[in-house]
Amino acid sequence: MIQVTNLTKWYGLRKAIDGLNFHAKKGEIVGFLGPNGAGKTTTMRILTAYMPPSEGRAIVAGYDVVEESLEVRRRVGYLPETVPLYADMTVLDYLDFMAAMRHLPNADQCVDEAIQRVNLEDRVESYIGNLSKGMRQRVGLAQAVLHKPEVLILDEPTIGLDPAQVVEIRAFIRELGADHTVLLSTHILSEAQQICNRVLIINKGHIVAEDRPENLQARLAGAERITIELAGDTEGAETTIAGVKGVLTVEPMGNGVFEIEITPGKEIRPAIVRALTRAGQDVVEVHSQGVDLEQIFLELTRSDDKSKGKRTSRQQKE
Amino acid sequence: MRNIGIIAWKEFRQYFGSPIAYFLSIVIFLFLGIVFALDLVQTMSNTYSAQVLEGTVVLGPLLTLVLFATPAITMKLLAEERGQGTLELLLTAPVRDAELVVGKWLGAALFAAVILALTWVYPVFLQAITKPNGIDQGPLVSAYIVLFLLVGALLAVGVGISSLFSNATAAFFASLVVSLGLWVSGLVTSTLSYMGSMGGTSLWGTVMQYMDFTSHFYNTAYAGRLDLTDIVYYVSIIVLSLFFATRVIESKRWR
Ligand SMILES: Nc1ncnc2c1ncn2[C@@H]1O[C@H](COP(=O)(O)OP(=O)(O)O)[C@@H](O)[C@H]1O
Ligand SMILES: [Mg+2]
Repeated sequence: MIQVTNLTKWYGLRKAIDGLNFHAKKGEIVGFLGPNGAGKTTTMRILTAYMPPSEGRAIVAGYDVVEESLEVRRRVGYLPETVPLYADMTVLDYLDFMAAMRHLPNADQCVDEAIQRVNLEDRVESYIGNLSKGMRQRVGLAQAVLHKPEVLILDEPTIGLDPAQVVEIRAFIRELGADHTVLLSTHILSEAQQICNRVLIINKGHIVAEDRPENLQARLAGAERITIELAGDTEGAETTIAGVKGVLTVEPMGNGVFEIEITPGKEIRPAIVRALTRAGQDVVEVHSQGVDLEQIFLELTRSDDKSKGKRTSRQQKE
Repeated sequence: MRNIGIIAWKEFRQYFGSPIAYFLSIVIFLFLGIVFALDLVQTMSNTYSAQVLEGTVVLGPLLTLVLFATPAITMKLLAEERGQGTLELLLTAPVRDAELVVGKWLGAALFAAVILALTWVYPVFLQAITKPNGIDQGPLVSAYIVLFLLVGALLAVGVGISSLFSNATAAFFASLVVSLGLWVSGLVTSTLSYMGSMGGTSLWGTVMQYMDFTSHFYNTAYAGRLDLTDIVYYVSIIVLSLFFATRVIESKRWR
């Protein structure tokens, strides 16, 4: 459904995406996961034929986005990051207009169905400008699914919504996976984990990992973290822990709590406790955190950053 | 083709929901009404004058008004869409860039046509009060046709300028400058040609005269003559401006 080869985009002298290769099969929900500025929006704008790539090719729903862009646009539903809506139109007028532009033979029926799918039945006569952020997101989604497109491209569909709305929209997207091929972008790891069949992790214009959420987790189980809580004076504890073989990083969290990252597959908790005890520290609690995508993601983006001497481990908070 | 109609119809409808449209219509009608009434009073009190009030009495001031009004009609068309991000929606819909541009222009032109048609009430009123002789409505038909083309050309220029901006206010002022520039250049040309007529005509003078924006209305249609040259002139401006706007939209996709 989506086939991307060596896709590259320059903005002037700046490379926003660099030789991307990926695909999405029919009925798949693929997550595009990465921090701000990773190149998610740029990629999606190329796939929706909003702008052409500088190099490489993209085939969407069987058509080339440059050569046969109108065919692509007929078969794609798109929810841009900015949810573009006309504030001075009613929901119904807006959807009627979008349906007309798509030349839908049974426009009224399609509009009714889309309204039902996003539960907007009681707001159809409201002006879009008067709707809440969550409601507007639904109008945007209704517009994207109006023509039952083969491919749905959703750019950060849950950004700026309150938690209840987020849950609702995520459930809706999972539902959409049954009839459409969905490509969605997000910078929230748990979101990709919850919704997607497959996750592409993108950072600085490169795909740094691609797998099913559960495989990614298994493959990178090494990014394991433990927390240790000490009592009393913790002076010098950080150096002691860092001195133990197999410890990658130590981060003091305050109140005597330390977060420690260790190398994969080695049980070094006893060694850490022994070292601390020898140094005169009182260990109150040792706790091994489960590994989740969040850690994998931090790991991947950090190793990518290391060469540039940057630290991004604390940037990605939901 | 169908897409042009859909986009034009949406724009046309939106004008009737926007305060600017009502503001414009009211200003135009008030202003024309005042001019018309003054002319009427003057002519009636001046019984010895050989001057007769013509049906074109409102067309002169109307031309001045449209120079100011058209930037307000076109300012939002593409600039606001770009600013609000809704252009992304239109550019990813199965619509060609040219269809989008022509549709936008057509919507504005339809709206302008409604306003222009309504200003005909003044000549019709004149006809009613000057019975039994009446006034000749015939020359008005050609005058209105060319005036509509002139407005269409101004609107097309406005669409072209609107495509360059992402803010309606900026587009308004830029279009106003161009609109007034076309007007002033007409005054300059006519002054030059007046001076030139004393010293003989040159090729340059002829070209300048052909390029003059308002004379294609004043010199012929205003006097009741329908001239093909004028029609070709305004239609070429429309085509060129819309082509320009399409190219701007296309080229901005790359950035
Ligand atoms: N129109 C543009 N002009 C110049 N640079 C841009 C433009 N859009 C995005 N960029 C740059 O390209 C990179 C990728 O941006 P984007 O695709 O928006 O990332 P994301 O959606 O993942 O946050 C960023 O560094 C951004 O600053
Ligand atoms: Mg983005």
